[in-house]
Amino acid sequence: MIPDIAELFVEPLRYDFMQRALIVSILVGVMCPVIGAYVVARGRAFMGDALAHSVLPGMGIGLLATGTALIAAVPTGVAIALLMGFISRRTGSSEDTSIGIVFAGMFALGLVMLSSPFYINTFLELRNTQAPNIEDLLIGEILGVSTGEVYLSLGLALLVIAGLYVFHRHLVYTTFDPVGAEVVGIKVRFVEYILLALLALVIVISIQAAGIVLVMAMLITPAATGFLLARRFVGVMVIGAVIGVLSAIVGMYLSFHANMPTGPIMALVATAMFGLAALKGEWTKRSAD
Amino acid sequence: MTISEPSISVEDMSVERGGHVALTGITFEVGPGTLMGILGPNGAGKSTLFEAIAGLLPVAHGSLTVRGIERNGALAYVPQRDSINWRFPATIQDVVMMGRGNNIGWFRRPSGQDREMVRSCLERVNLWDERTALVDRLSGGQRQRVFIARALAQEASIILMDEAFSGVDVAAQEDIIVVLQSLRDEGKIVIISTHDLTNIAERFDRILCINHHMCAYGPPEEAFTPEVLEELFGSHGLEFTHHHVDPHNQDEHEGHLH
Repeated sequence: MIPDIAELFVEPLRYDFMQRALIVSILVGVMCPVIGAYVVARGRAFMGDALAHSVLPGMGIGLLATGTALIAAVPTGVAIALLMGFISRRTGSSEDTSIGIVFAGMFALGLVMLSSPFYINTFLELRNTQAPNIEDLLIGEILGVSTGEVYLSLGLALLVIAGLYVFHRHLVYTTFDPVGAEVVGIKVRFVEYILLALLALVIVISIQAAGIVLVMAMLITPAATGFLLARRFVGVMVIGAVIGVLSAIVGMYLSFHANMPTGPIMALVATAMFGLAALKGEWTKRSAD
Repeated sequence: MTISEPSISVEDMSVERGGHVALTGITFEVGPGTLMGILGPNGAGKSTLFEAIAGLLPVAHGSLTVRGIERNGALAYVPQRDSINWRFPATIQDVVMMGRGNNIGWFRRPSGQDREMVRSCLERVNLWDERTALVDRLSGGQRQRVFIARALAQEASIILMDEAFSGVDVAAQEDIIVVLQSLRDEGKIVIISTHDLTNIAERFDRILCINHHMCAYGPPEEAFTPEVLEELFGSHGLEFTHHHVDPHNQDEHEGHLH
């Protein structure tokens, strides 16, 4: 019996593609909640979702030009964030309205571009392989991650961690008290763009695992669970990362053995953990009353 | 770099907000060691004035000179309660440590000296024993004391507190004023805006009354005339001068004259 259970865990790792997928899943499980904690604390979940959908055209161009979507993340993410701010200032529309407009417009542009015969043919000519499948980008295809992408994801993840480490105090100050932060000389808008650029990087790394539609499940749900269970911000990040990694690993194994898509299973595991944490909070509150 | 003594001089200043003139004809001068109150009804331009002094809004007309803030952090701004993100899980100690930000390098964590500074600032506002409490659980008065401690931690010489007394009961107002007076005695400029100065007006050295324009400026006994109060609050202003608060019924005091 015991060797059989061990075999359930060891067997998938005999495949190279599963090893690569596991590394990227763990990366995603850590990175998403760590940056997601800032996103949740700032109430910017919609911005995160919009960014995930809006990078689609950038990913398409990145895949065509370099063979990987990762490279295009930062310029696309920053351009989108600037565009949203620009529309909001110029038209006087509220911030969520301009986010919504850019979200839908860029996502539609990506869908049209990726399914156009011109793109599909050019891709085949340039890269000598089939153009990316839209469904893989939407719900993730972690089993197809290449060795190069694993290294690139690792490098970018280190860059994100370094960025968050350096800017942590500024991010905390501007999240808690943006006006006070500006008065003491912190460039609030610059810090916001740094966060969005790092967020764009994390999103593109994560899209490989969870896909555009479900990346929020890794970015928001584990961090939100952390807010339910931890008292302080660093605790939110740590608990979020533990939940993120657990969701990613459990999701991978379940999807391997049950032969189901990985991204949605990861999302379901993360959601279930949030549900449990919320129930625990409710129960503690009732017993206190 | 030499740091001059703090002072603020404003000469016939107008400030615009969103394309409209929010404040006009403001003239006053404050030097080191002043505790000043800015009184005006809601929407009178008090926050606009603070934002101009803090350099967040440009001066449209006239002049504004703030001295003694050559160093980042020398001016501390305690914004209104609404502009703080209370969802952020920070303890009292975390918030005061934010004030040390300018003294901690990009790649460094807080030093023992920073922690010692935070401790002495919290002791000064009587919050050291509660340092691990989350700020969103605090009373209005405790929150204001946390921000005063943060201003001390950043070694500010000018402290601006916007609507510092809203949601703060009379006893807690008294605690705050005692701390602010001791800061004034050290040569700092402390400016508090409020729409309600009942019973505490005489505790300020200077009072500036505004309602989009300047109604009065001077020591409380000069600035606080029935005419000025009527200009600020209409006929309610006259009741305001005769208003007395029963010290045993402080809760009812909060929030009148809105």
